[in-house]
Amino acid sequence: MSSSTTRAEKGKKTVLERKRARFGLLWALPTAILFIIFMVVPTINVFRMSLFKWSGFSDDATFVGLSNFKTLAGDMNFVHACQNTILLLVVVTSITMPIAIIFAAILTQDRIIGSGFLRFVMYVPSILSAVVIAAIFSAIYDQKDGLLNGTLGFLGLGALQRVWLGDQKIVIYSVAFAMVWQSFGYYMVMYMSSMAGVDRSLYEAASIDGAGKVRQLFSITIPMIWQNIRTTLTFFIISSVNLSFVLVTAMTNGGPDGASQTILGYMYQQAYTNSTYGYGMAIGVVIFLFSFILSLLVSQVTKREIVQQL
Amino acid sequence: MTNETKTTKGAVFKPAKARGSATSWTVGRTVGQIVLVISALTIFVPVVWVFFASFKDKSEFYGSPWTLPKGLDWQNYVDAFRDAHLGQYFGTSVFVTALAMVLALIIALPCSYVMARFDFPGKKILKVAIQGGLFINVNYIVVPIFLMLVDADKLLYDIFPDGFFVNNPVMLAVVYAATSLPFTVFLLQDFFASIPKDFEEAALIDGASQFKIMTRIFFPMAMPAISMSMLFNFLSYWNDYIISMTLMTGDNRTIQVGLLNLMQTQKAATNYGRLYAGMVIVMVPVLIFYAIVQKKLLQTSTMGGLK
Repeated sequence: MSSSTTRAEKGKKTVLERKRARFGLLWALPTAILFIIFMVVPTINVFRMSLFKWSGFSDDATFVGLSNFKTLAGDMNFVHACQNTILLLVVVTSITMPIAIIFAAILTQDRIIGSGFLRFVMYVPSILSAVVIAAIFSAIYDQKDGLLNGTLGFLGLGALQRVWLGDQKIVIYSVAFAMVWQSFGYYMVMYMSSMAGVDRSLYEAASIDGAGKVRQLFSITIPMIWQNIRTTLTFFIISSVNLSFVLVTAMTNGGPDGASQTILGYMYQQAYTNSTYGYGMAIGVVIFLFSFILSLLVSQVTKREIVQQL
Repeated sequence: MTNETKTTKGAVFKPAKARGSATSWTVGRTVGQIVLVISALTIFVPVVWVFFASFKDKSEFYGSPWTLPKGLDWQNYVDAFRDAHLGQYFGTSVFVTALAMVLALIIALPCSYVMARFDFPGKKILKVAIQGGLFINVNYIVVPIFLMLVDADKLLYDIFPDGFFVNNPVMLAVVYAATSLPFTVFLLQDFFASIPKDFEEAALIDGASQFKIMTRIFFPMAMPAISMSMLFNFLSYWNDYIISMTLMTGDNRTIQVGLLNLMQTQKAATNYGRLYAGMVIVMVPVLIFYAIVQKKLLQTSTMGGLK
């Protein structure tokens, strides 16, 4: 901790250094303690309890090794929840990210009427709670008098009316739309601020060379902000695992008949409602590993040579 | 990493050709304008619709959803506030959110300062742990946290037979604050590390104590970073329902959980007015807050993500 080279020269400095070390330790301690109690210990518990068979409340937890994981592999509900989560991640990411980038590019490059207000409105969903968003989409998707079916009926498109949240085949896409609706504005604003940092003269040069707007987007804007896209992409995918859970739980509670259940929702159901705590924690372990591997994968796949801005 | 100096309205120099396309309606610009306006409308219309619907009485919910309410009927608000207890839950939420923000700040702020500018044993481990903590979502570990609190209650059964840790708004605030520490410390520490070293040395020569230097010189300087981290913390505390639903199993709820229950019961009773009034009650504080700080929020939302 203390540097031994300076100690020989000045005895005084060690005293100061020791004082500073004590001061640092004192003020870092509350954070360290709370962090250990409320984050480290629970995380370890997820892994530890996945090896037990335990209801969570009784005192008899029996060690069962990897048996919970074996059961998981054959649990069709679990497999289905995984499929739903991955489907949501793929669909929502591949729609949200392009929308956010293109909208940000339009707003920074073109003169759009009311751009400030548009940006203001598009950011609103990212400050609303999952419960409010779920309630809004319940109103939109309502079977009888919902905004969507009501409008379709009014336009004479009654044939397109659906039971948006009650149809096992459609429900997951209805949820996906809500997720895109919720998140694109946040990422758009993020990309706008990094696009504002791109040197304007690059676009001048490009347009003199006759490059169109689309070409400029792919050849200048995206490469210049690639590092930002990379980090936000990892962040987005990881947070979507969570967002899909909080939205689905409030919107459909996994229904109808488990058709929209997510992996986190299934963990919650098993551990909390169903009181098969050990089994739920095995799902928790899978979620931890899944998000860890996923973020490694994303950062590997998106690795590019960084374009330096002079 | 980011530059917030220029926004769309900033002084932007464009070549003659580009300038032409910015003022005249080219195909690309027209399409862009239309697409953006439609996208904004998909957000604007449902949110505003909820405000209108909250004034409708029960009979007005049959038929087309697009009819305007006949008048300003405040009955839904009275029902939501009193009968559905949203008034009480609102108070609980305000208390929990405020306490959690205060706790997060007084714990994270000195810690970020010493982590950025002091050497002490265990600093490296703490730094790595906190960065790792950024990737742990609270919802992954909320069930073990709940059981931990249940166990703690069992230990204290002789002193608090009714339980102390579960169903306690103070504990909920502590859990909120503790689980948001990685984010808060990470953000603030970045800021403290960016201040030149001379500041401290000058103050030390003046004979000020370490504590005084920290609280009188560095904390005021960190105001921008503090307000930003508190902004994001406010939103995550106020909007959470998973943690509060798990840790507050009794009658005392936060407003989000109260709204969720309202949503589930009103669906069956087809009495939507109360639900929409409840949504307005939940949304309004956040929207007012957003309108006030939106400039800051829109500028700095880059920091909300992991950098």
